[in-house]
Amino acid sequence: MSENLQRWTFAVLAHVALILAWYLFVKLGNVPKFVMPSPAATLDALLQPNYGWWTNVLVTGTEIFAGYFLALVVGVGLALVFTWSKALEAFFMPLLVSLNMIPKVALGPLIIVWFKYGILPNSIMAFSICVFPILLTTARGLRETEPELLDLVRSLKGSRWQLFSKVQLPGALPYIFSGMKVAAILAVAGAIVGEFLGSDKGLGYLMLQVQVTLDTPAMFMAVIMITLIGMLLYGMVLALERWLVVKDARLD
Amino acid sequence: MEPFIHLRGVTKIYRRGKAEHLAISDATFDVMPGELVSLVGPSGCGKSTLLKILAGLHPHDGGEVRIGSASHSFDPSRDVGMVFQSPLLLKWRRVLENVLLPAEILGLPMGEARERAKGLLALVGLTGYEDKYPYELSGGMQQRAAIARALVHDPKLVLMDEPFGALDALTREKMNLELLRIWQEAKKTIVFVTHGISEAVFLGTRVVVLTAGPARMADNFAIDLPRPRTLDMKTHQRFGEYTRRIYKLLGME
Repeated sequence: MSENLQRWTFAVLAHVALILAWYLFVKLGNVPKFVMPSPAATLDALLQPNYGWWTNVLVTGTEIFAGYFLALVVGVGLALVFTWSKALEAFFMPLLVSLNMIPKVALGPLIIVWFKYGILPNSIMAFSICVFPILLTTARGLRETEPELLDLVRSLKGSRWQLFSKVQLPGALPYIFSGMKVAAILAVAGAIVGEFLGSDKGLGYLMLQVQVTLDTPAMFMAVIMITLIGMLLYGMVLALERWLVVKDARLD
Repeated sequence: MEPFIHLRGVTKIYRRGKAEHLAISDATFDVMPGELVSLVGPSGCGKSTLLKILAGLHPHDGGEVRIGSASHSFDPSRDVGMVFQSPLLLKWRRVLENVLLPAEILGLPMGEARERAKGLLALVGLTGYEDKYPYELSGGMQQRAAIARALVHDPKLVLMDEPFGALDALTREKMNLELLRIWQEAKKTIVFVTHGISEAVFLGTRVVVLTAGPARMADNFAIDLPRPRTLDMKTHQRFGEYTRRIYKLLGME
């Protein structure tokens, strides 16, 4: 327990030290505000109502969470379908591996053509960037069952469903979570790139607006907000993993 | 008494494209109810394949396989328990829940199965570990849990595929003695696959020797050593004769 406390103390200290270094750098180096604002100036930006922080946080947050959740449902769902049908897997899996190679960011202009701009296309952007890691790791996890475990279930004439629900799916959970963690980080990047390419709300949109006037404190604050949304999503995934996956089975 | 397992000229051929690989040829032996038969041989001799045929996991290509008799019925889905080289416990289940897996798959009444599982954990010496996760157990303890799992649905036949092959030598000796005790108490027919010659002789009421390249059954003989077996029987003159006989068959002498 005290070891835990020590780790937390160090974690907090490291963050405080970074902010302190940032403060000293700006203060002692006489760095102009438009190049790098001080921590105080950054925090001050949060108090200006004209930036519409809460609306923008809500919009970007919605895009990230909606895209991520959809990717989770579709990714895990498709992987499940593949375990039921070898033929479907043999047909679609190579295709999906190829599609995975598309830099999703390059799809941005197309998504705007197809879905205009707003929350929906940016959610789709987040979705398209994070569905593949979830799908590929889930499919891998479902395939990973030891052959002898299959023998054990088959020797008892267990059904396909029993094999799946009692052995394959719980065995794949660590893989699913490892994909979900990668996807959590990608989802944030996807939504922000979507907002850069075309939007009228959101933190990415705000950053482009204030960039024109070299309002660096607001840009700093926006980056911090985006990071906090990402940390919230990642933290939720981590908490869910701790709850569902036995310590020994976790992959990272 | 009628044999419980009756094998006559059993052959198994694996085909990969046009290539054929003879995995077993002419396996002929009987196992009486309650016997513990050791199948011994080098890798590639088909002993695991034979076990899978007995488990109903693989079809055989020739010969006759009959399990069960008029006095000892056999239901292929309910009467097979399996133990493998790796314990293969489900990491996310506690020990008791792991032992219950076959009962769940067979849809047995869970209240009874739970009591039975607890009794079996006591039998294999794991009382107090019911609520532990597999990673909290040593390799030998995990294999004990796997043995309890193989017995939970009260099968008539237990098939073991090198169950102690991954354990260190001392634990292995200890597990041999444990297995004999469990076998005596549970009164099961056991087919025990191993590549350990002395293990085969020490455990078996009978030893079936298989050779590789070409795969064939080389010998089948009863082990006439007193029971219960004790470790000092390994220095017994007759023990030495049996092991020498197997070494000779496997071309090591």
